[in-house]
Amino acid sequence: MAKPIVLKDEVTIRFAGDSGDGMQLTGTEFTNASALLGNDLSTFPDYPAEIRAPQGTVAGVSGFQIHFGSTEVDTPGDICNVLVAMNAAALKANLRYLEVGGIIIANTDGFDEKNLRLAKIEKNPLEDGSLDKYNVIKIDVTKITRATLQDSGLSTKETDRSKNMFVLGLLMWLYNRPLDSAIRNLEAKFSKKPEILQANLRLLRAGYDYGETTELFTTRYDVKQAPTMDKGKYRNIMGNQALAYGFIAASQLSDLPLYLGSYPITPASDILHELSKYKSFNVHTFQAEDEIAAICAAIGASFGGALAITTSSGPGIALKGEAIGLATMLELPIVVVNVQRGGPSTGLPTKTEQADLLQAMYGRNGECPTVVICTRQPNDCFDVAIEASRIAIEHMVPVMLLSDGYIANGAEPWLIPDMSKYPKIKPNFLTEPNGENGKLLPYKRDEKLVRPWILPGTKGLEHRIGGIEKQHETGNVSYDPENHEFMVKMRQAKVDKIADYIPLQEIEQGPENGDLLVVGWGSTFGCIRTAVRELNTQGNNIAQIHLRYLNPFPKNLGDILKNYKKVLVPEINNGQLVKILRDKYLVDAIPFNKIQGLPFNTVEMKAKILEVLGK
Amino acid sequence: MSETSTINNTALTAKDFVSDQEVRWCPGCGDYSILKQVQTILPDLGIPREKFAFISGIGCSSRFPYYMETYGLHSIHGRATAVASGLKMLRPDLSVWIISGDGDALSIGANHTLQLIRRNLDVQMLVFNNQIYGLTKGQYSPTSEEGKITKSTPVGSIDHPFNPCALVLGADSTFVARSLDRDPKHLQGVLKRAAAHKGTSFVEIYQNCNIFNDGAFFIFTEKETKLQKGIYVEHGKPMLFDNGKKGVKLDGTKPIVVDMANASANDLWIHDEKDVIKANILTRMFDDPRDTDLPRPFGVFYTTERPCYEDVLKQQIQEAIEQKGKGDITKLINSGDTWVIA
Repeated sequence: MAKPIVLKDEVTIRFAGDSGDGMQLTGTEFTNASALLGNDLSTFPDYPAEIRAPQGTVAGVSGFQIHFGSTEVDTPGDICNVLVAMNAAALKANLRYLEVGGIIIANTDGFDEKNLRLAKIEKNPLEDGSLDKYNVIKIDVTKITRATLQDSGLSTKETDRSKNMFVLGLLMWLYNRPLDSAIRNLEAKFSKKPEILQANLRLLRAGYDYGETTELFTTRYDVKQAPTMDKGKYRNIMGNQALAYGFIAASQLSDLPLYLGSYPITPASDILHELSKYKSFNVHTFQAEDEIAAICAAIGASFGGALAITTSSGPGIALKGEAIGLATMLELPIVVVNVQRGGPSTGLPTKTEQADLLQAMYGRNGECPTVVICTRQPNDCFDVAIEASRIAIEHMVPVMLLSDGYIANGAEPWLIPDMSKYPKIKPNFLTEPNGENGKLLPYKRDEKLVRPWILPGTKGLEHRIGGIEKQHETGNVSYDPENHEFMVKMRQAKVDKIADYIPLQEIEQGPENGDLLVVGWGSTFGCIRTAVRELNTQGNNIAQIHLRYLNPFPKNLGDILKNYKKVLVPEINNGQLVKILRDKYLVDAIPFNKIQGLPFNTVEMKAKILEVLGK
Repeated sequence: MSETSTINNTALTAKDFVSDQEVRWCPGCGDYSILKQVQTILPDLGIPREKFAFISGIGCSSRFPYYMETYGLHSIHGRATAVASGLKMLRPDLSVWIISGDGDALSIGANHTLQLIRRNLDVQMLVFNNQIYGLTKGQYSPTSEEGKITKSTPVGSIDHPFNPCALVLGADSTFVARSLDRDPKHLQGVLKRAAAHKGTSFVEIYQNCNIFNDGAFFIFTEKETKLQKGIYVEHGKPMLFDNGKKGVKLDGTKPIVVDMANASANDLWIHDEKDVIKANILTRMFDDPRDTDLPRPFGVFYTTERPCYEDVLKQQIQEAIEQKGKGDITKLINSGDTWVIA
């Protein structure tokens, strides 16, 4: 007899197990199936910094969270409804994220004496009553897996490695997801290992059937297609992948070869991996010997006429500072991507933080204004990469693009854009002398205060550029005091002028004036959006703006800020944007900070907003 | 240089490579000679002027590009090699020259130098070695001798110096040579060889800093000692010096000086610039010539061929385009699992 299906608006599931338990794959396949059903969703992996932390320990726990719904979903979810715990350590590390009354699906084999010892737990929580406020479902997944595959000819080790597929099948049944996409992807993944493929497929179905036939579950759930989503064709996209695609798109829109100079660093390396795959797009990737060589090679390629980029994270950006100054003096285009992580120093390499904003704004010697823009979520990265490239190329400046670990590894549905809707990016190449009497003036500026891009190989335009102060227009070395002051102000004016070429700031939601404006930037977008929306449906009248352009700011930002009695600035740092806003606009902006390597959750966001409102 | 265009523009002369910028090295600096020799040989290479790019780091030598009527980029300390690498990877059509000094190339930029060498991009790297920091006014450099008294080492430097040619040979350099500022003819010859070599050509040039380290190489450049203390090696020729009065022979792997009055040219070491083992012995003839009778070698020590980084990079791109067709962004973003919300 088919079990009844209960409809849910939204559900958050956290898959947690040992690093080797395959929780990332399980989560990814569950995500694919949900996306194909038209759910809005957001995911986030949470894995340890160590590649193979000791098995069974809390340090070795790897997690994957998915939040999916038939309503708008903006974050990977704060509190889970379901926690899959493959061992005791996974339960210990993740129970804090589970709602009271939530479902725990526990692999009992992972709670044996050895696992309890490794997780440093004295009594078995599955048996001591400590989980009474949850709905605990105990399954010996290891035992079932071995029984299912006993005649498969696989070793015990290989057999045990497949147990995640049983869990996936069970969860697919529980939430009424079809197995097709998972089967298709497994077939592709194990096309050269037919016996492993068969084992995985058998377990996937075994898990699905287990839900149907056992008495453990009395109900199933379903989450229908999200009508809030815009019409069109979608795919799933991760932040780093979307940045890579965006740069390839920018390369085609500008008709320039793409050059990436990079040095591996968490959590930015995936951009290098991704771009390395696309050589047929005339993409040049260079894994340099260090961060400095990476950006310097990109500058060399920019001199030669590439759309040149370098990708890193905070510690790497610190090393690139001098070269960003060089690019500023050379007035050559380059995009510097900072996928931020917890700092300072090595900090929290796999955790997220927004603490490099002041570094991006000010972290160089001398007066060195740099364009700074940021992305707010994985499906925003494509457009931001194109926009960063457009500004760099059309304004001949280095552009710092800020992402963070939360965006980089998070995934969301992405409405696939129509490339014909994007304007071309136009490099300002010079092919003839631009001064009087056939003289070349490499630093002669146009109405945007931008100098021409002159490629080596152009006959008759031989010239020299360098990091020493430039004479106005000729670009020759100059130590003249007045010229230096003029050029410092000119480089600042050139960056400021970009405000004329970016959109005005829009109000995301809420009134155009009123009691409270919440101002965010970067990956806090989804959480602020959800919090403000929920509070407004309860009768509040709060406004939200979210910045993409951090330097220069949109021209109307100052006016917007002055239209509200209070301005709240939530950030995953110790208060950085709030400093800049207070400095620039003399507004008494209120900081709201969290510095735990974790994103805000909606509960704490709403609480803070209500506190500021005096409610 | 096979990648660079070989349009023969015979009209070019050395003067065409002189920029309108006033040269600002100290009067008497060895850099003047190096600049002159480079400007002298460029017209003979058959490369259009606009195809040359001179890339430098920081230091006295690194002002060089400003004085060349070519494309030039004066970058930051130690990183000329990295900037030049990016340029050459993107633009194999250019003739790229890196101008550096002992501090720039072997101290702050030493790692980049070795990385360039192993990648073997088809560029020329000229290292002006004056065994001192000139621009910062006289501190010891990574090639200064032990015990060197300088502003930062008032009782003598403790560092053991680098042997630049041996260092790059250790990184599998495909072209290693040494010359001197005060021997224009020799320097021109070495520079031409460097330009003709396909791969990274590493040329160490002994250069006199007449302000902070005057006479560091006089023993090799002044006529009283030049012929006794230096040996000019040529491929296929016996290792003779001191006007043919002395020679070097190999006793196993050990070089020994012999008096030609008692030896025949047949006994001598015949320089073979293709022999990496002998090149190692040659570059290690590096003791202070005041303490040894072994002369310091000059010339092309070693040359070989192996693939250049930029060629393989471009080849990988070309092959990908041939196999998959020219990349189409619309196709790419529409790949993988997709679904339609109607």
